[in-house]
Amino acid sequence: MTAVLQLLLVVLTAPLLLGVITRTKAFVAGRSGPPLLQAYYDLRKLLRKETVLSSTTTWVFLAGPAVAVVVPLLASLLLPLAGTRAPLAFTGDLILFVYLFALSRFFTTAAALDTGSAFEGMGVAREITFAALAEPALFFGLLALARISGSLSLSQLLTVNSTSWHKASAALVLIIASWFIVLLAENSRVPFDDPNTHLELTMIHEVMVLDHSGPAFGLVLYGSALKLFVFSALIADVALPRTGNPLIDAAATLCAVLVIGVVIGLVESSMARLRLVRVPQLLIAASLVAGFAVVLVLR
Amino acid sequence: MSAILVIAGVALCVISGLPSLVTRRASVVTTVIIVSGGVTGLIGAAFGLTWGTAGLSLPWHIPGGALAIRVDALSAFFLAPVFLLAGAGGLYADRYWTAARMRAGYVRAFFGLMAGALALVMCAANTILFLAAWEVVAVSSFFLIATEHEQAESRSAAWIYITASHVATLALFAIVVLLHGVTHTWEFVPLVAGTGAIPVGQALLCLAFIAFGIKAGLMPFHIWLPGAHAAAPSHVSAVMSGVGIKMGVYGLVRLLSLFDAVPSAFGTTLLLAGIASSILGVAFAIAQHDLKRLLAYHSIENIGIIVTGLGIGVVAQTHGQLLIALLGYAGALLHVWNHGLFKALLFLSAGAAIHSAHTREIDRMGGLARRMPWTAAAFLIGAVAITGLPPLNGFVSEWLLYVASFTSITGSPHGGPALILILVVPALALTGALALACFVKAFGTVFLGAPRSEAASDASEVPATMRAAMVPLVLGCAAIGLVPALFGPILGRAVHAAAPRLPMPATLAALLQPIQTSALVIAGIAIAAVLILLAVTRRAATALTWDCGYAEPTARMQYTASSTAGGVVGLFGWAMRPVIHAPRPFTLFPSAAAFESHVPDTVLDRALLPALRGVRWVLGFARYFQHGRMQLYLLYLGVTLVALLAWSAR
Repeated sequence: MTAVLQLLLVVLTAPLLLGVITRTKAFVAGRSGPPLLQAYYDLRKLLRKETVLSSTTTWVFLAGPAVAVVVPLLASLLLPLAGTRAPLAFTGDLILFVYLFALSRFFTTAAALDTGSAFEGMGVAREITFAALAEPALFFGLLALARISGSLSLSQLLTVNSTSWHKASAALVLIIASWFIVLLAENSRVPFDDPNTHLELTMIHEVMVLDHSGPAFGLVLYGSALKLFVFSALIADVALPRTGNPLIDAAATLCAVLVIGVVIGLVESSMARLRLVRVPQLLIAASLVAGFAVVLVLR
Repeated sequence: MSAILVIAGVALCVISGLPSLVTRRASVVTTVIIVSGGVTGLIGAAFGLTWGTAGLSLPWHIPGGALAIRVDALSAFFLAPVFLLAGAGGLYADRYWTAARMRAGYVRAFFGLMAGALALVMCAANTILFLAAWEVVAVSSFFLIATEHEQAESRSAAWIYITASHVATLALFAIVVLLHGVTHTWEFVPLVAGTGAIPVGQALLCLAFIAFGIKAGLMPFHIWLPGAHAAAPSHVSAVMSGVGIKMGVYGLVRLLSLFDAVPSAFGTTLLLAGIASSILGVAFAIAQHDLKRLLAYHSIENIGIIVTGLGIGVVAQTHGQLLIALLGYAGALLHVWNHGLFKALLFLSAGAAIHSAHTREIDRMGGLARRMPWTAAAFLIGAVAITGLPPLNGFVSEWLLYVASFTSITGSPHGGPALILILVVPALALTGALALACFVKAFGTVFLGAPRSEAASDASEVPATMRAAMVPLVLGCAAIGLVPALFGPILGRAVHAAAPRLPMPATLAALLQPIQTSALVIAGIAIAAVLILLAVTRRAATALTWDCGYAEPTARMQYTASSTAGGVVGLFGWAMRPVIHAPRPFTLFPSAAAFESHVPDTVLDRALLPALRGVRWVLGFARYFQHGRMQLYLLYLGVTLVALLAWSAR
């Protein structure tokens, strides 16, 4: 029952997050901006359009968007969003969570290289380099949380919040900061990538999907909304306490995720994209911050 | 029963090449013999894993030696991939190295000999038989690497290989003699308690690290691996990479199982060497232009992961953390199987691509997936498996190592082994992410996009027997990935044979059960999603790649493989030190320019070879004594005699 509720929460409200971010940026810029539900209108429009496939591509090109939608859905099943237990929970599921996103990265980058285009290749080169630096930050955070909660399942890792905030609040703040940087990196947000432009010079993720069209592009858009939602939900889970009532917890998760969306919007409005040589430095800084959180909890 | 089947398998493999040496038309006979040898041995190994230990012993006229084999769970565990890969490689070679090619009989003969000797190494109960079989593997591998010895690259790779291999054999001789000194038999028997603490035991462990480290290709002993696996024919590389280097791992595991308490320092050494090998191995792999060299460096990375698992097992066992030790050993041993499967699959499919495109350079291939869909699919499965992505088998063994490392931080209250074992987590994470980068680059540049050369655009799919050889490997990868709990009992028996002090791991199957359901869920949903998507875009128009509106895209506009890898090479520049030739033309009118970059092996080309040249320079001063004057030679004799008389009379 909670599994169905959680799945509905993720499936239905993920594009709303994109609307919240866009509206925040518009508000800060003094504009009124597109409607909150614009992402849903875009998806509906794209589903009705014709697909044009490049003659260079093979089946891998369409596998990219498919995997990009399936993976965040499966990953959300591992998170305890509606209640204190995820629909799919077992010892060691935190490793499956991270590696699922690696799977989607593999197929997205393979689909990009399938087009035989210089721009997609550039995006792939940048994406694989930066992703290599973001992984250790995620794992350091998981190590610290495993130490605090004494468990290896995300359902316990992310739900002992009241006691863990008493025990190790400094470490948790560091983890949230480090994971927020990883969220910005993995979801192509400023300061790593500009999601608004479609020029190859600023893009890491946007350029990899340059040749998709029609329903496939709709899946790409939806998949990126889902991924952003899941990462935000992960951070929300670290910060929020759980009550055990599915409806209250689901509503609390949704509110927290929208708040994170507002924060992302504020970050995007207040800074520009970093020079590409600075990106590895920021990611290594995120790893070090999370590493320091591990050192703090080891005492 | 299992011992008899294994010996029959060994015999069939060894004799399989002889018909081809006699006449060219016997290549089908060779293939049939080696495949049946592989199947026989595999059945024998399966019996050894499920039924129990079996042994066979015959007298041998070498003093101390006996033709004694013992197929216990550990031996059977290592034998299974040997025979599987021997059979698959033999089937592949039928149409790959056809009888019409040069030295076909030579290749088939030495391949069978190498495969049979490898199997003998894994089950030898007598140390002298172990040594003899080890040498046979080394020498037959040398001849196979030097198959195309008209090319300087093959000759150089073969010489470096045999030199490194003989350093390992030297250390192995010392190990055998020391073992005899401690146990007074020429058998692998458990050592007396406390041997790990005395100098003899510590010498044994150091020598084991050198001998088995060189054979396994652990850094910094890996110098022979890239050249050797790149120069050998592809099916030979598959067997050498898939099971040849596991000979070193088997030796290490077998020796460790004889000790009752391994010193913790050795475990830490294994752990650090494993972590360094895995990270640096994959970093070097990304920088390679040659497809087979890239795969060879990945073997170094995976050996690093296996040795990391062994290090976890030893360190945790020393500190009394038995569950963590169990998981460490289990992850290491399962990775032995997994690496054998997916590395062989990658070498066979890469060999097929190289065979069709007539080049080993990644940047000269491209678009092969449209011309060779089955080979591309096999390579993709191998690539997803080696990157450790769910739902395939690489994920399961890496998962076991992650859980071992995470358990060390949740379990221990204060300090202890936690501080060293948690290094494994970020190391494995970095390795996995870099492996993903490397295989996206390799798969994308070789199989996807537009063909970058004439030969690539004319490539055609390889014959059915070559593809059929890849099928059992694909099935193995999928099976271990999707239903790992099925292999839990077998893995448990092998771990128990490798570390008899640990409790019988009955919980292994229970631990692996949940991944199984998740993997099946992932696989099922992914297939459904792909089908839905294909249905949605059934009526799709085709056009050129849009590429921001270029009207005439060419294949040369694509990102090259070295550019794709350029970011990571830059990050690891401190270790790799790439050599870049980028002369800039400073003329008034446009003129020709060329760019070239490559990454030499740091240990070999920047440390070892300069050091050896320095030694040779120093030793050159001895030439002052070699002047050809008989009178001074007689003076040397006289001086030496007087000195010896004076010394003996003191």
